[in-house]
Amino acid sequence: MSALAIVGIRKTFGSTEILKGIDIAIAAGEFLILVGPSGCGKSTLLNMIAGLDHPSSGRILLGGRDITPLPPKDRDIAMVFQSYALYPNMNVAQNIAFGLEMRKVPKAERDAAVQRVAAMLQIGHLLDRKPGALSGGQRQRVAMGRALARDPKLFLFDEPLSNLDAKLRVEMRAEIKLLHQRTHTTTVYVTHDQVEAMTLGDRIAVMKDGVVLQFGTPADIYTRPATLFVAEFIGSPAMNLFTASHDGHTLHAHGVALPTTAAQHSALQAQAAHQASTLTVGLRPEDLALAATGLPGTLSMIEPTGPETYLTADTALGRLTARVPGNVSLRVGDAVHLQWAATQLHLFDGGNGQRLA
Amino acid sequence: MTPQLNWQRVLLFTALGLFAAAFLAPLYVMLSTSLKSMEELRSGTLLSWPASPSLDAWAKAWSTACTGTDCGGLKPFFMNSVFMVLPAVAVSTLVGSLNGYVLSKWKFPGSEFMFALLLFGVFMPMQVVLLPMSQVLGWLGIASSVWGLILVHVVAGIPSTTLFFRNYYIGLPDELIKAAMLDGAGFWQIFRRIVLPLSTPILVVTLIWQFTNIWNDFLYGVVFSGADSKPITVGLNNLSNTSSTVKEYNVDMAAAIIAALPTLLVYVLAGKYFVRGLTAGAVKG
Repeated sequence: MSALAIVGIRKTFGSTEILKGIDIAIAAGEFLILVGPSGCGKSTLLNMIAGLDHPSSGRILLGGRDITPLPPKDRDIAMVFQSYALYPNMNVAQNIAFGLEMRKVPKAERDAAVQRVAAMLQIGHLLDRKPGALSGGQRQRVAMGRALARDPKLFLFDEPLSNLDAKLRVEMRAEIKLLHQRTHTTTVYVTHDQVEAMTLGDRIAVMKDGVVLQFGTPADIYTRPATLFVAEFIGSPAMNLFTASHDGHTLHAHGVALPTTAAQHSALQAQAAHQASTLTVGLRPEDLALAATGLPGTLSMIEPTGPETYLTADTALGRLTARVPGNVSLRVGDAVHLQWAATQLHLFDGGNGQRLA
Repeated sequence: MTPQLNWQRVLLFTALGLFAAAFLAPLYVMLSTSLKSMEELRSGTLLSWPASPSLDAWAKAWSTACTGTDCGGLKPFFMNSVFMVLPAVAVSTLVGSLNGYVLSKWKFPGSEFMFALLLFGVFMPMQVVLLPMSQVLGWLGIASSVWGLILVHVVAGIPSTTLFFRNYYIGLPDELIKAAMLDGAGFWQIFRRIVLPLSTPILVVTLIWQFTNIWNDFLYGVVFSGADSKPITVGLNNLSNTSSTVKEYNVDMAAAIIAALPTLLVYVLAGKYFVRGLTAGAVKG
């Protein structure tokens, strides 16, 4: 039995369909990421899980129980909001204890919960302060503390790190991960940041226009993106993409013959059998390597990051970015050769963007 | 600082001082007149400070001046106003804040339309409701009583109090309400524990606004009050219009100041919140 199951969720506003049938199920203790560009419906879906919004059809099951008709307070769910939504009129301890107080937990137990949470998040010295007197990172911690205090069945995070500066974001990301490793509470986390998605998630659902394009582990999604959109969205620097065509025997792109594996070859033949065979080919920057032979090109940009360098080269296939380790002693304008293994090619249908192989 | 800048400052403050003097002159005349005796009034100039200031005119205005045939001063009218204003202000403010809470945070189909109708009430001239309202008060059996006046002022005040609170609560982040819902709080708990404690600035604005409007109201007071429920504004009118051989300007002035004192006091005590509330945007969280 799955801890959280989202079954056929649809949401329509008049004639616009915001969610077009979402099906997701995760096991207890898993960390689910909903990721996608703004307007993809991920926050609407999260609000529905919380009970703050209602689906037009479909069901949400939490631990096997249908919670779709229940109000938020009866769902045993805690949520961390993007703006933290701490109650400005209460101090930190009162903020953390509020949920327990509303559930009529005795004072002594509430105090114990506040102490436990404060110790876990190292906010013991802040308990008497009002939210207005806290820094962004501290507010973030208190918001998590408020969610933790109730020990809920499900945690929801709505882009919790997007209001923090870059350094703090990385710190808090690590803290959320550690917290999850310690508590093993089933979690749903909404973000538009693919790095957060990759680093935090046990499962990722990549959403776009109200549809889940791909649902899988971070490794699945990175190594075998199901659609062109997923391939572009996940990974930084982004995957190199160029158009190619297939004549039933070989794959060509801008006059360059691209070797394929047997599996890719049969997938291409299957496609060619029933429609025009234009396609989009993708190559991750780290799968491109500098070599003595291979695709010739001219370096147009060099971006050293320290541990690795991003090289951009103009080639017959277009502008390609390669990600090579360390620093390179090359200059803009130098002639280079790029190589890759046929197994690293990602092939997508030129029409609907679905993965072929 | 350069001499030129100093010169500009002198000009500026001279101008400001002149304006201030012009605006304060009526108050000064009222105050000095109320402290003079009738003989001094007849002889002295308008702007001179009383030779021997006395509170006799104040005492007379408060307790013995004649309003029509009664000669009990303003005191009963003042008390009528107090008994009318306090519940009317409290109830209209409370209802306004509840309305605002619902119209901003618990929207329902048609809530925007209801708000538009309420806004209509803000701009409706008072005279329009006189006849229908007296009919309603008659049906309810509270015509010509202080309860009728309270009801009229509550009903007349709700549109503006609702507008104030609704616009203020729009600025409260919705996520606060959602967080409280997930924390298990219900409609009233959210209102009492989160929304109301964050309402101080707008609460003060509304209290001042309603107090001033209701205290200073004359039209409803003169139309809907009975013999023993006339408010201070009606009392003041009757007092200054009661003709005797001599027009007692000092008593009239003292009475006018007495009638205006409560609203002045409210401004002095809560004025800084008034300005703060009018300019306050969203609550920082």
